[in-house]
Amino acid sequence: MADTRHHVEVPDGERSGRVRHAATTLLRPFVDYRRLAWLWVRAFAQYRLSLILMSLAVMVSVLIQVGAVVILFGHAGTLAGFTVMEGLLVFGLAASAFGTADMFAGSVERLGNHIRSGTLDIMLIRPVSPLVQVAADEFSPRRLGKVVPALAVLGVALAGVDVEWSAAEVALLALMMLSGTLICAAIWVITGCLQFFIAGAREAANSLTYGGQALTEYPIAIYGQEIVRAVTYVVPLAFISWQPALLVLDRTDPLGMPEQLRYMGPAIAVLLCACAALTWRFGLRHYRSTGS
Amino acid sequence: MRVHFAVYARGLRRHSTYRAALIAGLITNSVFGAINAMVLLAVFAARPQINGYDATDAVTQVFVGQMLITVTMIVSAAPSLDLAERIRTGEVANDLLRPVSLQGWCLAQDLGRATFGFLFRGVPTFLIGVVLFGAVVPNEVAGALAFLVSVILAALVGFALRYLYSLCGFWMLDSRGVWVVAGLIGPVAAGMILPLPLFPPVIGEVLRLLPWASLVQIPAEILLGKESLPGGGVLGGLALQTLWAALLLGLGAWITATATRRVVIQGG
Repeated sequence: MADTRHHVEVPDGERSGRVRHAATTLLRPFVDYRRLAWLWVRAFAQYRLSLILMSLAVMVSVLIQVGAVVILFGHAGTLAGFTVMEGLLVFGLAASAFGTADMFAGSVERLGNHIRSGTLDIMLIRPVSPLVQVAADEFSPRRLGKVVPALAVLGVALAGVDVEWSAAEVALLALMMLSGTLICAAIWVITGCLQFFIAGAREAANSLTYGGQALTEYPIAIYGQEIVRAVTYVVPLAFISWQPALLVLDRTDPLGMPEQLRYMGPAIAVLLCACAALTWRFGLRHYRSTGS
Repeated sequence: MRVHFAVYARGLRRHSTYRAALIAGLITNSVFGAINAMVLLAVFAARPQINGYDATDAVTQVFVGQMLITVTMIVSAAPSLDLAERIRTGEVANDLLRPVSLQGWCLAQDLGRATFGFLFRGVPTFLIGVVLFGAVVPNEVAGALAFLVSVILAALVGFALRYLYSLCGFWMLDSRGVWVVAGLIGPVAAGMILPLPLFPPVIGEVLRLLPWASLVQIPAEILLGKESLPGGGVLGGLALQTLWAALLLGLGAWITATATRRVVIQGG
């Protein structure tokens, strides 16, 4: 902030000062988020052993899921035309996207607690976006325990599948992973907002968030046409792991869905994030304090 | 006994108050059941028989597992027994003053919760599995009775395990770590993540003998009338469940006695 003010005072720099000001306003939520998250990291670091053990536990839970995937592919040979390695690629994409989204936005699912206990009221009077505060609440590095093994699985799978890599393809994959993460985060926020309207909606929302993760960890063609259509056009879960995997592997869709869909991830992500922002605003307008 | 029945009835009524949570839980269990069932159906479409299991068996087990989640609380990695928190805060001192055994009191309360969960969340979830995926229902009275007994035994084993996890708090001050570890091992060993016949045979056979198998795997096999049960049939399965229930409840009673004699309860 001090830096900006300094710039505005320089007569010639008025235009660049305005640009800076705009940039600061735009980046403000991210800076706030980082500060709040860092606060929680430092708090959790006080209980170091507990933090390490919890991270290990989360890591083991991911590895158990990986084990299940390997066992099932071992029995079936291929699922939806995908081999074990290709299946692990799908798993890695889904788990890393959901894990990262959970790390940054997963706390939104505790919105109901904030409403019930009245802590949301306290957040509303602070000069920081309440969504940032709710999302950064209890930010815990232990959730890295989910992301790290997921990325490791993804790495192993990428090394194991038959793909020739170019710089453009790596960039494309990174973009698709970012889109997938944003889609997950948006779903988290939208389902979290349900708690503005229905108390106790948290567990039902889990069927979309964690259920979505469970669903996208396998090549979704195995669920049949109707479900694939639903998770493509209604709740765009297909763009988290399935379409990116088709893109990376350069595979035709076994269900004959349009080929262009695999490039749509980023557009869907932007759209869904806009939806999430609007839902949050709408929910917050609707919010009435419990008064306690 | 009358006290226990009263506590049981209160436990049942207490959980009947949360209707929205009930519906939410029902949706979640059904969605997860459907996803797991579809994955397994795809696997069995590629290979119709795996170690004596076919697609219908697998789907039935998935929905037995989802049905029994609220009975045995198998998937929760957070303490699912009030006792754990009461030991941590020291409130357990009040519980110990009652002229009723701590374990009996907790058991009655938990069975009340389990009964309500089974009837209003478990059974509907299973019916969804029957309608959508053709999960097996018992076709004769004897089979239904055997399954019901198996479910009750699963509830007892489930409680006994969670009671033991909670008791760790007397020595560890906070039993949450134990719960986390149990939340990792439990679902795998119970046959919740995958039916045990799908595991590599050596691992599967070992997991079958552990108490967690009594929570999902054995009830499912009793419903299916599988010969892979210990002793080759329904009675063997029920016997193993009874054995675990008796052993673990006995252990629980013994540890409670030791703890109340030796441990200084924390709290002011």
